[in-house]
Amino acid sequence: MPIQEQKSDDHFSLRDESILPKGESFESVTRSISNGKDAVKGRLAFRLSLLAALGMVFLLCVAVTHLFIRGIGIFGNNMPSAWGFPIVNFVWWIGIGHAGTFISAILLILHQNWRDSINRFAEAMTLVAVLCAAMMPLIHLGRPIVFYWLIPYPNSMNLWPQFRSPLMWDMFAVGTYGTISLLFFFVGLIPDMATFRDRAKSRFGQYFYGAIAGGWRGSARHWSANKTAYVILAGLATPLVVSVHSIVALDFASSILPAWHSEIFPPYFVAGAIYSGFAMVLCISVLLRRIFDFGRYITQRHINTMVYVMMSTGLIVAYAYLVEAFIIWYSQNPPEIQVALDHYTGAAAPVYWSVIVCNIVIPQILWLRWARCNSYCVFIVCIIINIGMWLERFLIVVSGLSRDYLMSSWAEFHPTLWDFALLLGLLGLFSFCLLLFVRYFPVIPMYELRSSIFKSKAHPKSSEVLS
Amino acid sequence: MKEQDPNLYGLMAEFATPESLVESARKIALAGYKRFDAYSPFAIDELDEILHCENSWIPRLALAGGLSGAAFGFVLQHYAAAVWYPQIVAGKPFDSIPAFVPITFEMAILGAGLSCFAALMFAYRYPHPYHPVFNVERFSLASQTGFFLAIEADDPLFDSVQTKALLDEMSSEAVYEIPK
Repeated sequence: MPIQEQKSDDHFSLRDESILPKGESFESVTRSISNGKDAVKGRLAFRLSLLAALGMVFLLCVAVTHLFIRGIGIFGNNMPSAWGFPIVNFVWWIGIGHAGTFISAILLILHQNWRDSINRFAEAMTLVAVLCAAMMPLIHLGRPIVFYWLIPYPNSMNLWPQFRSPLMWDMFAVGTYGTISLLFFFVGLIPDMATFRDRAKSRFGQYFYGAIAGGWRGSARHWSANKTAYVILAGLATPLVVSVHSIVALDFASSILPAWHSEIFPPYFVAGAIYSGFAMVLCISVLLRRIFDFGRYITQRHINTMVYVMMSTGLIVAYAYLVEAFIIWYSQNPPEIQVALDHYTGAAAPVYWSVIVCNIVIPQILWLRWARCNSYCVFIVCIIINIGMWLERFLIVVSGLSRDYLMSSWAEFHPTLWDFALLLGLLGLFSFCLLLFVRYFPVIPMYELRSSIFKSKAHPKSSEVLS
Repeated sequence: MKEQDPNLYGLMAEFATPESLVESARKIALAGYKRFDAYSPFAIDELDEILHCENSWIPRLALAGGLSGAAFGFVLQHYAAAVWYPQIVAGKPFDSIPAFVPITFEMAILGAGLSCFAALMFAYRYPHPYHPVFNVERFSLASQTGFFLAIEADDPLFDSVQTKALLDEMSSEAVYEIPK
């Protein structure tokens, strides 16, 4: 990393750093992003992380195989804590996906041009996160082989799913979310696949990218249809950012358990989802900047703006914690107060206070400019936020179930090694898919950058969207 | 009209900048040509008007898809919960309409998204692996840095000599014949 670039990062100001580096041309953007994927191949960091991720994917395969042979008794889930790690993971991964949709859909509609450099890998992150999440409820079923009974279809048993159940809503919400995210990602990918097709040197590359590009030739009529459809898909994805995690929250809120039966859950879950999702996007951005040399396109300005969005949602999360405590006090409902006291001083206190420290206290350092401009600092804080958000979901899932109304149904939850193997394995699957994505696909949408260059030349002011 | 070479798809001009492509496309439209297309590595808003791109059918189709999705979602739940498998759960009525809202909503989004996507793929004629324009060697730049304009031979005004002369006098870098 050249020292000069480091310096200009440190003396960063919102006004003088534009979204795109100066002196970029259509040619240089195309070349550096296409070559970027090949340059990645030779890097030791890339090979080592791919190897580590592959090892973790192997661990996931072992854990899932063992689960299918032995049943869910291998996990710590047991009555009353029937949900345990798989559902914690589900809620956490779905939440992480939300930032990708927020960046690609909501910021597109709001004409936030700075998203152009980060939307592609944020969308890829969403897809992989939804994949990780969707696995969880399925393998957590007692009989995963009949998971398709969730899907309403005419069958010889004459049986239909229970549509009044939030778990069914969840199936539809996650299914729709995954499908729309995939379509959105695919539509954006086609023009860049054509670029890769035309630049591919190997026969395999030409066929592979050519098959995805499907004969894209950049016709003005196709571009015009693309613009129309892309905005509609963004508009359709926008309510999903809010609805998917709201419906996940309803899995909890529509029950009658003391810590779960609360109206605040849907907005609280959505804020937490965007918070943890932006933390994950920031982690990936910092890695792409530092390890894979995409610092020219993912600038300090992107990092700053994402930190602002993340910190704002973090404050909403903090506010939700306060309101939750207030409502419990205001209700004067003994079981609710019991759960709250258990959080503050009881068995769940270590987890609760870790959540507060990880999600509320430590991240405030990012309001300082030097902290935002230090990649290591941003990376570490974002990892801490992700850990904090995972613990928050753990607190919700486990402490709600283990403190029911009757003392006779109280029991502590003890995770097993297989629980941790599954958690680690999913992180491996996530990293593995993203590393393959970085290796074979354009991490940054080239056509959007070309378009930004064209527009900034045509209208010099339009690149200054943020100021 | 002169006899045309049956193996000629049309003529293609290459431009160095998006501005010269737009300017030439405008001139060709003014000259009365109908069957021509512009190719660029990113969307250029000015070309929509020149080429009369009309996409209002895509949002309409998406709306229709969304409404059908919502109707399908609701009717599915009504039939499943109240007609085919009526079952009292927690004392709720068979048609528990508030509980049917989330799935109806999700199906609306799914229907709209899928039909919007299908409409776009139809507009692209996706997948369309072969197209005569790919026969021009330089055309591989159309997805990277090049700007091209192709006039098809079946345009009523097309004449291989005069059209070539017209393309030559514009600010094009080169003019190519497109074999079929």
